[in-house]
Amino acid sequence: MKVLLRAVTITIALFIICGLIYPLAMTGISQLLFHHEANGSIMEETNGKQVGSELLGQSFTDSRFFHGRISAVNYNTYNSRDKTAYSGPGSGSANLAPSNPELEKRVKKDIDAFLKANPEVRKDDIPADLLTSSGSGLDPDISPEAAKIQIPAISKSTGISISDLEKIVEKYTTGRTLGVFGEPRFNVLKANIEISEKIK
Amino acid sequence: MEIIQILITLGILMILVIPMGKYLFKVISGEKSFIDPCFDRVDGVIYKLTGIKKSEMSWKQYAVSFVATNLIMALLVYLLFRLQGVLVLNPDGNKSMNPLLAFNTAISFITNTNLQHYSGEWGMTYFTQMAAVTFLMFTSAASGFSVAAAFIRGITGKSETVGNFFVDMVRVITRVLLPLSIIVTLILVWQGVPQTLEGTKTITTLQGSYQDIPLGPVASMESIKHIGTNGGGFFGANSAHPFENPTPLSNLIEIISMMLIPASLVYAFGIMLKNKKQAWVLFAAMSILFLISLPICYLSEAGGNPILAGAGLSQSMGNMEGKEVRFGIAQSSLFTTVTTAFTTGSVNNMHDSLTPLGGLVPLFQMMLNVVFGGEGVGFMNIIMYAILAVFLSGLMVGRTPEFLGKKIEGREMKLIAIAILIHPFIILMPTAISLISHQGLSAITNPGFHGLSQVLYEFTSSAANNGSGFEGLVDNTPFWNILTAIVMFAGRYLSIIILLAVAGSLASKRLIPAGVGTFRTDKAIFAFILVAVVLIVGALTFFPALALGPIAEQLTLGK
Repeated sequence: MKVLLRAVTITIALFIICGLIYPLAMTGISQLLFHHEANGSIMEETNGKQVGSELLGQSFTDSRFFHGRISAVNYNTYNSRDKTAYSGPGSGSANLAPSNPELEKRVKKDIDAFLKANPEVRKDDIPADLLTSSGSGLDPDISPEAAKIQIPAISKSTGISISDLEKIVEKYTTGRTLGVFGEPRFNVLKANIEISEKIK
Repeated sequence: MEIIQILITLGILMILVIPMGKYLFKVISGEKSFIDPCFDRVDGVIYKLTGIKKSEMSWKQYAVSFVATNLIMALLVYLLFRLQGVLVLNPDGNKSMNPLLAFNTAISFITNTNLQHYSGEWGMTYFTQMAAVTFLMFTSAASGFSVAAAFIRGITGKSETVGNFFVDMVRVITRVLLPLSIIVTLILVWQGVPQTLEGTKTITTLQGSYQDIPLGPVASMESIKHIGTNGGGFFGANSAHPFENPTPLSNLIEIISMMLIPASLVYAFGIMLKNKKQAWVLFAAMSILFLISLPICYLSEAGGNPILAGAGLSQSMGNMEGKEVRFGIAQSSLFTTVTTAFTTGSVNNMHDSLTPLGGLVPLFQMMLNVVFGGEGVGFMNIIMYAILAVFLSGLMVGRTPEFLGKKIEGREMKLIAIAILIHPFIILMPTAISLISHQGLSAITNPGFHGLSQVLYEFTSSAANNGSGFEGLVDNTPFWNILTAIVMFAGRYLSIIILLAVAGSLASKRLIPAGVGTFRTDKAIFAFILVAVVLIVGALTFFPALALGPIAEQLTLGK
């Protein structure tokens, strides 16, 4: 019985320390020290309108914008306030096995669509990241190569010169962290905000 | 760069193992450390409020305290899951869990497994993410660490008592888990992990549609999730989600966090034993197993998917399906190998989409359940295999086996044989049951051999208290919620109690001085014997299942 009583008292004590005080204190400190990051790294256009998070990708279908990776949750993006088609935010991938015929079918379809939209691109030059689904369904990045091959088509739709677009790709490409960790990556949303302001 | 970033990560761990091991030793042994003046006061207040006395316990009292405390905590959390819909801090209006999902989730977090049959976006409220999940992430890790401390005292000590469970729990939380979590939380927030009580934000996108941006107290959970080798994600996508793991730097921090305590505990054991060589031999054996696994996963993923190559998509970047661009192949395969070796179970890429051999590595490491392993219990498994290795060596030369100066006799070997056999039993039997039942088969989402791997992975992960998954599996059904809960429960408590019994039995034995004929377990040769024993026992038990799953998928891929 004594053990059970101790079990109850220690549960209450640790519940208060680890389950309430710790997360709430961390929330307070984080809000003070890293206000922007702690609230989702929200980005604004120059006019102050919030357009997304710099850490989350968005669904881009317009031919004037850079397109991101395949998302199993459509980047939690939906077209009208009507939530019947959209079941609320999620994350993850379609979890297709490498041997799943659905994967091959999807990739073949996407290759054809991509080549049609980007007639200058050779099939062999499509980087794999562009037509594979990301793990989170919210990947904000594509590889710099995947950005570069989209330049000619975007230039045609927007009228922005190829060299200006190349500069944009360079500007929003981040190298490996400390020159070593991770992979070079290109932030799709940041670049598209700049394009959107240019074509306004 | 690919290989260098992996080597640097492992190098950082090696630099941290010795100082962290020394510190853990002080926490376990109660020896003076530089932060005592501060923490003695904190602990004192907790002891006073909770009525904890610093009395020594026998292994049986220790085991009873451990189970009773875990039971109370699991009950509390179950109630919170059932009531979360009407409790505070629920800005998105999420619902309470149904009884079976709440049962599965409570068992999952109290056993340090963190298997998730829900997604945080719809399945939890901010209150339960903090007060239920974050709370259990601390206490289940502390429970595992505490029983390991008792186990170490038993096998190295001269008295029959093994310490006080409640004191161990408090000390490991206030002196190890909380300080580390606070530091890691702040680093993660700095890198972009949200930490707020604000609900999901809806913004208008550049194209004029809407996007939901889910937020929450993510960072405070993300830190203990890795430090405590828990692994449960705040969001469905776990550490692949940019809000859980935004940058290569956060990825590095999370990987180091998972490895730090299990690896350092081996060194702490060496100090406790006053034989650091013995610790390094065990450390080397586990490292060998880890270093065999890692390149298989990396090379297989870097090789890409031959079917997609055949479809015309260049695979020079490797198998990118289910992976994030910022991590690429190197950081993804490293994370996958670490999270299953150290049985954390968080994922930064989707394991279901790994190449067959790349997916075999996490599966196999969880089957062995001993490549460093989770908080505390991994170490107990290492010793279990070491005793088995000593016993087998003893049989070969015809001598009574000894380990750490204690005779290994019938009673210990019987217990260890049971502990070793439980693991394959609770993996292979439920897998077989699932494969012959409609409820089991209907959860499979990938055709062919991979479907078997999905089922096998789910139970292996549950039994090893890992919690990662081949997430395609449709597992939020009564069948899967009940069966995996039983497996997680057995995988945690049976083996811990049996191994505490072994420690209790060894603690009561007389220490015999090492003689000329003693088989030395602190020599390099023992590391190789240990590796061989682990591989033979693991491979023999699981090879048939692996042959039908990932190996068959590999052989037929692209044919």
